[in-house]
Amino acid sequence: MTSDLITVRGLKVSFASDAGIARVLDGVDLTIRRGEIMGLVGESGCGKTTLARAILGILPANAARIEAGQIRFEEHDILDLDEASLATQLRGRQIAYIPQDPFTAFNPVFTIGTQIDDLMRFKSPLLREGRLSARERRRADRLRVLEMLRLVQLPDPEGVLRKYPHEVSGGQRQRLMIAMALLPQPKLVIADEPTTALDVTVQAQILTVLKRLARDRGVAVLFTTHDLGTAYEICDRITVMYAGQEVEEAPVADFFARPSHPYTRKLLDSLPSSENGIRGITGEIPRLVDPPPGCRFHPRCERATEECRTTRPPTHAVAVAHDVRCHHPLQDSA
Amino acid sequence: MRRILRKLAEDRAALFGLVLIGLLVLAAILAPWLSTHPGDVTEFHTAQRLTAPGAENWLGTDRMGSDIYSRLLYGARITITIAVTAIAVAVAIGVPIGLVAGYYQGIGSELLMRVSDIFLAVPQIVLAIAIAQTLGPSIENVILALSATYWPFWARLVYAETRSCKNEPFVEAAIALGCSPWRVMVLHILPSISSSIIVRTTIGMGGTILTAATLGFLGLGPPPPTPEWGRTIAEAREFLPMAWWYAAFPGLAIFLVVMGFNLLGDGLRDVLDPRLRRAARHDK
Amino acid sequence: MKTFVLVVNRLAWFVPTLLGLLAIVFFISHVIPADPAAFVAGENATPETVAAIRARLGLDQPLYVQFWRYILSILDGDMGRSIYTGRPVVEDLLSRLPATLELTLVTVLVSIAVGVPLGVVAALRRNSWLDHGLRVVTIAGLAIASFWFAILLQLLFSMRLGWTPLGGRVEGWGPEQITGFYLIDALILQDHEILLDALQHMILPVVTLAVPATATIVRFTRAGMLNALQSNYVLYETAMGYPRRLVIWKYVLRNALIGTVTQIGLIFGILLAGAVVVEAVFDWPGLGTFAVNSILSSDYNAVMGFTVIVGTMFIVVNLVVDILHGMIDPREVR
Repeated sequence: MTSDLITVRGLKVSFASDAGIARVLDGVDLTIRRGEIMGLVGESGCGKTTLARAILGILPANAARIEAGQIRFEEHDILDLDEASLATQLRGRQIAYIPQDPFTAFNPVFTIGTQIDDLMRFKSPLLREGRLSARERRRADRLRVLEMLRLVQLPDPEGVLRKYPHEVSGGQRQRLMIAMALLPQPKLVIADEPTTALDVTVQAQILTVLKRLARDRGVAVLFTTHDLGTAYEICDRITVMYAGQEVEEAPVADFFARPSHPYTRKLLDSLPSSENGIRGITGEIPRLVDPPPGCRFHPRCERATEECRTTRPPTHAVAVAHDVRCHHPLQDSA
Repeated sequence: MRRILRKLAEDRAALFGLVLIGLLVLAAILAPWLSTHPGDVTEFHTAQRLTAPGAENWLGTDRMGSDIYSRLLYGARITITIAVTAIAVAVAIGVPIGLVAGYYQGIGSELLMRVSDIFLAVPQIVLAIAIAQTLGPSIENVILALSATYWPFWARLVYAETRSCKNEPFVEAAIALGCSPWRVMVLHILPSISSSIIVRTTIGMGGTILTAATLGFLGLGPPPPTPEWGRTIAEAREFLPMAWWYAAFPGLAIFLVVMGFNLLGDGLRDVLDPRLRRAARHDK
Repeated sequence: MKTFVLVVNRLAWFVPTLLGLLAIVFFISHVIPADPAAFVAGENATPETVAAIRARLGLDQPLYVQFWRYILSILDGDMGRSIYTGRPVVEDLLSRLPATLELTLVTVLVSIAVGVPLGVVAALRRNSWLDHGLRVVTIAGLAIASFWFAILLQLLFSMRLGWTPLGGRVEGWGPEQITGFYLIDALILQDHEILLDALQHMILPVVTLAVPATATIVRFTRAGMLNALQSNYVLYETAMGYPRRLVIWKYVLRNALIGTVTQIGLIFGILLAGAVVVEAVFDWPGLGTFAVNSILSSDYNAVMGFTVIVGTMFIVVNLVVDILHGMIDPREVR
């Protein structure tokens, strides 16, 4: 068994829009190892969510097209699997999902209990063992559900199950989403900006719960966020995306100590601090319908040369497990 | 505007609706020239009663021996007059009420909306019957009955749209800049809610024509010998097993015209409704 | 408790609406006409009769006194006498009510049974030929004048082919009156002959009325389904691998139907309005036929009584639908 859980290679996804074909992902590489928390960081529109949905195989069929690439999850080739086996074998079993907005992700007209029961009916890990009768399994699952709700620190688990989604707070809903993601005992959890919609005070608690439970169970997490601070709190490694391409990947400590891509550097500089105040990044996010050739960041980069305008940079290793896609990476900028 | 027209042109069903409406307007304007027996609106030829469709009378003749095709063309004039006037009056009453009630939140607006709710709480045709029965059968009274029962649709729609529009930044900005309420309503709010009003009005035309025809069928429309389509169908009933054309063609005319407005309204809604437009924007 | 509050709330709105309806009818019948007494007396009345009626109805009193007396008399069940039948209008109307209710209720059931599945299929196969076909057919269904369609059906199936009866509710006498609903009465009495006969008489009127009603249900169900299908909870349920069948037929359909239920009041209005002319064509001995006869014989009290009764029924149906909606939609808290 290798340590790599999922590898994305050269993934290209385009969307049809009124303005033309938007190349939302343009040759993305990404690897997540077993049990690690990988942060996927970038501005909105950089392709984080598209990448997350491509891994789950839930891109909108009529609008999105996968042009090229490969997504390997253990022995499965996700892009080659048909919808039925994706839905029954992988989604909700091996790969679970925590949505961005816990307010609208619950079905408003069913109780939380109904929605969790239906999940367990099809995704319970006890189904895989297959030696329990249906009734025994339901009873065992019921206990597991209550146990999990306690683990995510929900007060009154039995009561919550009888409630409708609108009757519980946003933070509690996101705890429920974490519980539902972990209940099937998946190997990978895709958490798509799980704290963006929440109050800052609640965010920290949710992150702590997610991190602790993932660690305890050895579950890998793909955690997308546009907030470097959040990524620092929770992640083992960080991948930065810019305009549909990954530009830098590093262990979290190295990432903050030695950012090597000019974009990463500027991203870190834009964090508000007592010395600098707030600094933005000059220029605009490129239009994905007609992206700049070569390195997509070159129009906003002071270090750009002719080479940057024509050729996409290959991946350089600037340190152990620290890769950057730049013709002129920053050397020891710290 | 051009984008709207281009999108509409791609919608074959809506285009077909537009053609049907165009035919109705042409028929009404050119009735004297298109008809084969222009005098038959008032003249009788009892010798040719209930002749089947043929070379002389394309769509047959009625109980008075009058040419049905010619009467249908003149009937188009009545239909257009009733529908356009009734809707214009209903819009002229409903839109200002909705606009003012939506702009000024208060007991007055609450009361206005309650009144229009009560009008909406009764089926339109039933109220129209009561009013038309009281006023007596004539074109003017049909128009009155229809506009009196249909105005709340626009009041309700404009009220809701104005209320949500009032919180939009551009309206708040206009108010903050010191524009007079009248100016804000007419120059800022009205243009931005006009597409909903257009859609509602197009679909309302179809409904109004149907209701007007029903009133005609019940004998509450313009009196004979007016070639009103609904009344013609009512006359045709007693000659039914044989003279099928007598009832069939006026009904077909009503159907095609209402269909025209409904198709166009449906197409317009697809193009103009911002909620549907949002569905076309994809996730990045 | 929540239901109780809901019912009280809606009832509080019911009373002013009813008063408003009476005010409108009062305005139409007492304020618009130059001489209401002449209307009530009918076309062939002598001046003495008109004067007597004027005094008896208190038409020489101020308007607010008249309105007060009008409300009191309506509450007392007094809507005057019909010139046509010579009986109190209320008696005439009530004796015809079951026929109309039976017709409209059967039509609602048929329309739901046909309309909901078609709406679901149209939404699932959005933009297929079936969807486009249904769009045109439903628009056409809403464009047909019911009285014309009724006449055409009668011409074809009753007069030419002789498959269905020309009109009426049954051949000869109806079943012994228990509920006034012939289908139910025939079932209670185990009279299969009458049941079959009543069903045959019902086919054409129900088909005529069901066309616009079904078209409306198809359109609302389709829109509701599409709305639900594009929602975040469907994305979440898909991402977690809930089976597609379950997502559509349980989670999406329930949401779509809540929207459709609120439209049943509207549909009932379409049916009551349609019943006026359709009953007249098929000689169905209900409120509609009564109204048409009253209009043709200028029976003023009867027309106004019909307006009040149908308006009240419509308001009651909407009240029931509102309460029902409040009970099946857990989000409703008012």
